[in-house]
Amino acid sequence: MSTTGNILFSGVGGQGILLASEITAYALLSAGYDAKKSEVHGMAQRGGSVTAQLRYGKKVYSPLIEPGKADILVSFELMETARYLPYLHKESRVLVNSQQIKPPAVANGQIAYPVNALDSITDQGIDVVVVDAFDIAQEAGEVKAANVVMVGAMSTFLPMAVSVYEEIINTRVPERFREVNLKAFAAGRKITD
Amino acid sequence: MTDESSLWMSGNEAIAMGAYEAGVKVASGYPGTPSTEIMENLSKYEGVYTEWAPNEKVGLEVAIGASFAGVRALATMKHVGVNVAADPLFTVSYTGVRGGLVIITADDPEMHSSQNEQDNRNYAYAAKLPMLEPSDPAEAKEMLKEAFELSERLDTPVLFRITTRIAHVKGIVTKGEMLSSKVECGIEKSPAKFVMLPALARNRRKVVEERMIELVKIAESGEYNRIEDGDRKRGFITAGVAYLYVKEAFPDAAVLKLGMCWPLPENEIKAFAATVDELIIVEELDPFLEHHIKAMGVECHGKDCIPNQGELNTSIVRTSIDPDSAPELFAPAELPMRPPNMCAGCPHRGVFYNLSKMKDVFVSGDIGCYTLGFLPPLSAMDSCVCMGASVTIAHGMAKALGDAGKGKLISVIGDSTFMHTGINGLINSVYNDSTSVLVILDNRITAMTGQQNNPASGCNIKGEAANAINIEKLCKAVGVKHVEVVDPHDIKACKTALKKALELDEYAVVISRAPCVLLPEIKNAEHNPYLTTTENCQGCGTCVKLGCPAISWTPMTKDEAVAKGYKEKQKGYAVINEVQCNGCGQCFALCKFDAINRKGE
Repeated sequence: MSTTGNILFSGVGGQGILLASEITAYALLSAGYDAKKSEVHGMAQRGGSVTAQLRYGKKVYSPLIEPGKADILVSFELMETARYLPYLHKESRVLVNSQQIKPPAVANGQIAYPVNALDSITDQGIDVVVVDAFDIAQEAGEVKAANVVMVGAMSTFLPMAVSVYEEIINTRVPERFREVNLKAFAAGRKITD
Repeated sequence: MTDESSLWMSGNEAIAMGAYEAGVKVASGYPGTPSTEIMENLSKYEGVYTEWAPNEKVGLEVAIGASFAGVRALATMKHVGVNVAADPLFTVSYTGVRGGLVIITADDPEMHSSQNEQDNRNYAYAAKLPMLEPSDPAEAKEMLKEAFELSERLDTPVLFRITTRIAHVKGIVTKGEMLSSKVECGIEKSPAKFVMLPALARNRRKVVEERMIELVKIAESGEYNRIEDGDRKRGFITAGVAYLYVKEAFPDAAVLKLGMCWPLPENEIKAFAATVDELIIVEELDPFLEHHIKAMGVECHGKDCIPNQGELNTSIVRTSIDPDSAPELFAPAELPMRPPNMCAGCPHRGVFYNLSKMKDVFVSGDIGCYTLGFLPPLSAMDSCVCMGASVTIAHGMAKALGDAGKGKLISVIGDSTFMHTGINGLINSVYNDSTSVLVILDNRITAMTGQQNNPASGCNIKGEAANAINIEKLCKAVGVKHVEVVDPHDIKACKTALKKALELDEYAVVISRAPCVLLPEIKNAEHNPYLTTTENCQGCGTCVKLGCPAISWTPMTKDEAVAKGYKEKQKGYAVINEVQCNGCGQCFALCKFDAINRKGE
């Protein structure tokens, strides 16, 4: 890995990207890294395409990931993965939640959902891991924990131990969601372990 | 981050903490992306009075009052909010302060959530005020504390500029020591300083120029500006978030980092320029530093290579200066756009659905979630300029069009925007006998910026009960005779109310009233969704035209239609996503084929 690692989270407003990126950020900070994270607030949150950009290393200046420099892309929605293709490089690792959320032009029948959207990434020789995070979260007891399933699946790409994430979930997530999030994390981690 | 005093914070959280540590006692602001979370977070600290003001001019004047009473005071606003507050801003520059006074302007390069991307550094020049500009959350916190010290030291309000990539960036921030004002709180009469009538203002005008000379000395002293030594073949002068991009794009180069972007340290800049072979000014938006540096007679590059529109980033900075360094990137995939949309169950949709059917009506819009009524399939907004302008633009059009405009002009404005600057327009419309119709979309909250209370909400910034302005009584008190309140989820009643108001020969107000679905009491309540009985669906597409994110269209070929038992010519059917549905009933009201029903009914 280069001196600064870049993790791009993508999805649709309301999918829990902020919490997923927060857990990851706290894990990196526990490991002693400097980090910066850029978030989207305001108008774009109303169901639009959103990202969180997390950068870590010995010293991080810019809060924004450069095109072609995302080492990890964690996408919470199928077609929102391909939207960030210009941010990827040959060795990028890509995790995708298989969930599909129809954008307005698809929902009102004007165009079809691009079901083969991931081809544009795999055609470049980039490995894509598809995670049925919605189903896994449902099994864990709460569909809203799909975001933490994705964090679990990504955790094997990063050097921190499982206990670091568990500690963060135990201290940063509201008590009533802790157990289900711990389960969701463990189930997600199994996918890539 | 293993140290106890280190915290992971956004720029806005860090600024709130900085204000607390600086000893701020009074803070006022109006919500606006990307500034909103400063006041939200500051309201959680003990010992600081915080409030949401109806607009930025009011907020700044409240802060000026607190400063005159001898306490440290803060006013927060987004960049366009400074336009609203510009009137007091330019004169408080003359009066100076008692307690430290800082005005935060949160600029939005790239217009992530704004109608323009004005560069508010120009206000520092125009109002003859110092401006500090941090580069990241940690620096923002420390610099804000210094801003209060500077304000009291030089008897000046201080402008403090952040941008989206400071406000909404998280980084490591360290807790610091508590400061307090050097001034005593109390009534102190200083008419020569505080009463700005011409004779006295002329005296203060001189003081402003003398103060600027002192400020230049501070700028030259290196207190806020520093040189980071490096390769002198290429030297950079930069400020704010652009500094971070320069450090990553050209890590070995010499950099003059300006923490005070006005006034500029002319001697230091000239001395730095003399030691580098080539000088490049890297700044977002306007060539503000570049113009003033060129006016010093210093040769430099700037907007001849760096873009003057949108945000910068490391890649843009690097390739603007070294075009050959552009990396080969994967080409973007062709995908449907995913613009933001009004939420499932949003009350605004009921009004905009009806407006979308009134093709010959001009809809004068305003700033808020409801500006999304512009997007298809509703496509029911014809103008949007600035806060409050819906009311006044419709009136101006009415006067220009005369009889041709009768029954064809509607302005739509949210409750918070109405409180902000819509009321002034309403008064004008009544006074000057307008024939347009005003629709006030009252969802009880300032929604787009994340559910902040406003004067009509009935709660203050802390969520405690507060006096609530009664909008219909206010309209009547101003002199509107026809004021009708309607439930926007009742599509037909809403249509009737709009038609009736348009047919009147006088100014009329329709208040569309239903709470925002993102209010915690609505969001966390048990939902009673509607479901589709797909076998009854005739594929008319009426419900789909609401543009609700919970409703989607499943297209069918002729064969599929027949196989599923539909008529051969039916092109598809609508389905409601139960998880997303908020149970507003707008689609139920529109369906003529009994294909939509409340779950369990």
